[in-house]
Amino acid sequence: MGRYIARRLLIAIPTLIVISFVIYAILALAPIDPLSQFGADPRVPAEVRERIRESLGLNQPWPIRYVKWVTSMFRGDFGVSFMSHSSVGDLIAQRLPNTLAVVGVAYVLGVAMGIPVGMISAIKRYSIFDHVATTVAFMGFSVPTFFTGLVLIIIFGINLRWFPFIYSSTLQIKDLDTFWLQIRQSIMPITVLALFNVATIARYVRSEMLEHLPLDYVRTARSKGLVERLVVLRHVLRNSLIPVVTLVALGVPTVFGGAIVTEQIFRVPGIGELLVTSISNGDIPVVATVVFIFAVLVVTFNLFADLLYAVLDPRIRYA
Amino acid sequence: MESSYLHRGFALAVTATIALAACTQPGTSPSAAPSGSAAPVAQRGAGGELKILYWQAPTILNPHQATGTKDNDASRLVLEPLASWDKNGAPLANGLASEIPTVANGGVAKDFTSVTWKLRTGVKWSDGTPFTADDVVASYTYQCDEAAATSTFDVCTGVKSVTAKDPNTAVVTYSASQPFYYQWGVGFNSPILQKAQYANCLGAKAKDCPADLKPIGTGPYKVNTFKPGDTVLYDLNENFRDPNKPFFKTVTFKGGGDAASAARAVFQTGDIDYGWNLQVEASVLKPMAANSTLARLLTAYGSSVERLLVNFSNPDPSLGDKRGEPDTKHPFFSDIHVRRALAMATNRSAVAAQLYGDGLAGKATCNLLTAPEPMNSKNTDSLDVCKFDLNAANKELDDAGWAKGSDGIRAKGGVKLKIVYQTTVNSVRQSTQAILKADWEKVGFSVELKSVPAATFFTNTSPDGANHFWADVEMFTNSGDPDPTSYLSSTASCKQATGKANNWNFGNYMRYCNADYDKIIDQLRTETDTAKRNQLAIQANDILTKDVAVIPLITRVAPTPDGVSKALKGVDPSPWDSAMYNIADWSK
Repeated sequence: MGRYIARRLLIAIPTLIVISFVIYAILALAPIDPLSQFGADPRVPAEVRERIRESLGLNQPWPIRYVKWVTSMFRGDFGVSFMSHSSVGDLIAQRLPNTLAVVGVAYVLGVAMGIPVGMISAIKRYSIFDHVATTVAFMGFSVPTFFTGLVLIIIFGINLRWFPFIYSSTLQIKDLDTFWLQIRQSIMPITVLALFNVATIARYVRSEMLEHLPLDYVRTARSKGLVERLVVLRHVLRNSLIPVVTLVALGVPTVFGGAIVTEQIFRVPGIGELLVTSISNGDIPVVATVVFIFAVLVVTFNLFADLLYAVLDPRIRYA
Repeated sequence: MESSYLHRGFALAVTATIALAACTQPGTSPSAAPSGSAAPVAQRGAGGELKILYWQAPTILNPHQATGTKDNDASRLVLEPLASWDKNGAPLANGLASEIPTVANGGVAKDFTSVTWKLRTGVKWSDGTPFTADDVVASYTYQCDEAAATSTFDVCTGVKSVTAKDPNTAVVTYSASQPFYYQWGVGFNSPILQKAQYANCLGAKAKDCPADLKPIGTGPYKVNTFKPGDTVLYDLNENFRDPNKPFFKTVTFKGGGDAASAARAVFQTGDIDYGWNLQVEASVLKPMAANSTLARLLTAYGSSVERLLVNFSNPDPSLGDKRGEPDTKHPFFSDIHVRRALAMATNRSAVAAQLYGDGLAGKATCNLLTAPEPMNSKNTDSLDVCKFDLNAANKELDDAGWAKGSDGIRAKGGVKLKIVYQTTVNSVRQSTQAILKADWEKVGFSVELKSVPAATFFTNTSPDGANHFWADVEMFTNSGDPDPTSYLSSTASCKQATGKANNWNFGNYMRYCNADYDKIIDQLRTETDTAKRNQLAIQANDILTKDVAVIPLITRVAPTPDGVSKALKGVDPSPWDSAMYNIADWSK
């Protein structure tokens, strides 16, 4: 096992280097320009633009910029944003709590609700509960989040005025009142995202359970006289969860990546929002870093999922 | 207008330009309105929180390193220039200067080579230290050092020096007679920074300056917390010079999201006191604003004009390296009759009515230069090229020998009138394209529409960009400074023709070249008489319209259609300065 992990980690290094190169190359070659912010503004004439470009280091050939970026990243320095002139690390650190508070909570809720819902749907197949759950689940992953988000804003934000639809990242939770405010302002974005997560996981759990329920070992367990509750929880669920665990583990990086659309709609200043605005501002250091961190997380959690396999399924052995 | 009416980047640029320095010609009488004189009822800190929402978030709080209006506006609560531009384009003494220098009061040298600014006495920075003329000089040193790569550098052009005559007097000296003598020091392009705070940020060190995220200023508010790309929280500045101001205890400047929901937050829920740039479809915004009991729409017109540019160079890809170079000739737009016909087949009033809500977001115009008012030409409305007339357009082409072929496309000598018409991706622009295309095809043009994402359009690096202009007609908005010299010069003078030699950095995308026009621009550079300058600007504008180098379409609301709470008093937008230029006077 130890050797396996070491080998995987060693393979990850060249993978990440290649990924970083591809990310940087795409960004450098794409026709995005941090100076397009100035548009056709005659008050920022050509020589001023050239000087700004130079001060941002953009006059150097991109392979050189890439090498500088990568080497400084190994030293823990993610570079400086073109737009705010502050360190990219600081920007990400500022955004991460918001993303975790909204996307992270939605993910946890999604998992916590998706598993029981999927389970009940499978056991009570074709019951009213199953039909309702199936319908909601289909809505959950077929209706895009930008649509559910806008519908929620119009109903609960504008018509009923129950919840604010402008997320405040500067709210400090000091007492019950401010805690309540935080809940009110996160309810809508969390609902939108959790709906999607619940839907995905519930469907997965349901189909896995249904696959396992008619199998021989279940019949054996029942004929041994085990109570149904134990049969389901100890035998069927445990076996059905193996692919679900992979799904959940592989989904964790997306939590850190933020929810691009939902964050934008509800003005949650998270990582996803940072990525989108940085792309449209041509803020290459920020975009490259965020995407690269995302790549690191994906690689890490892939390894993590593979290791979990071995833990859950004794037949799998890594050597 | 639709929320994406302007792509972020573009909106920035446009509004940035609009709010830029205003034109005050020598002789215009500046309004002397010290900030203490307005709204006597206001009491310092009596108001609670003022909520401002921009759908673009500020990323830096130093206008000299800014990339757009959001940054300029967010820093204006803290950093002040010597004077502001009022809505007529005259300087207003609500900044650090105690009065506006003029020739009459001896502040401006008779030959327009120097301006002596008298500064307010007893002004303190928010950290309690005194403000002096040394700070003004230090700001100049910071801003006008090429190594600092400031985006506001343009106002330094032609400035010889800024010196401190005594602690309360700063003298701006120009290298030559400068008719636009308020160039440096007025408006959001010349905010004054604190000398002590920026002592270690001069020259090349300006790029990574922590002060840019938390500047110390003399303005009515000071920065409490700044999260770049998200929110700025301000507290009242106890050291502000007017003991009765500002009214609000705190200000929240939130950024992000989209214009449509920002409009709802202003007009329908009242969550926000000031919503910036509510560029939502006219058909949506108009009833929303009209039915709102909570807020009103601010409209003012500056010099933002949506225009069509006609290509004078040859964009044919088969030319290779010569493609679109200034020394090539367009196959059919080099014929004035074709250009005239195109202009006559352009129905700007339909565009204004259907897409700009007839005055809500813009009005039809046939001038490239629409403001300040004395420079807004009255001669163009009667021109035939400014009237929509398909028959006249057909006749023009018939007479010039462009005959319709069996496919309905006109041709002459094997050259067909085939147009590629490009603009940015955004719904109002695509609708404009559709309206114009239909009419142009009626007179025998073949029109191919092309739309490019704004980030790729407004750049000199993209072959699909406005700068390369490898198409026949293109459309976007731009605006000028109230002193129109640099605007007119960069837009259409021969020397400013864009091309490979200048890495497509120059502003004359059309590669238009007209000696008469250039002569007028040269005169404009040296003329000091106000009436004559106005006349020259009008002449330059008229040439571009008559010669159909540009086809102006719409003069757009400026600074932008902002929404403001009806309870908020003192908001008085100026198209020439930051929306926040008089925020010290705002109250509820």
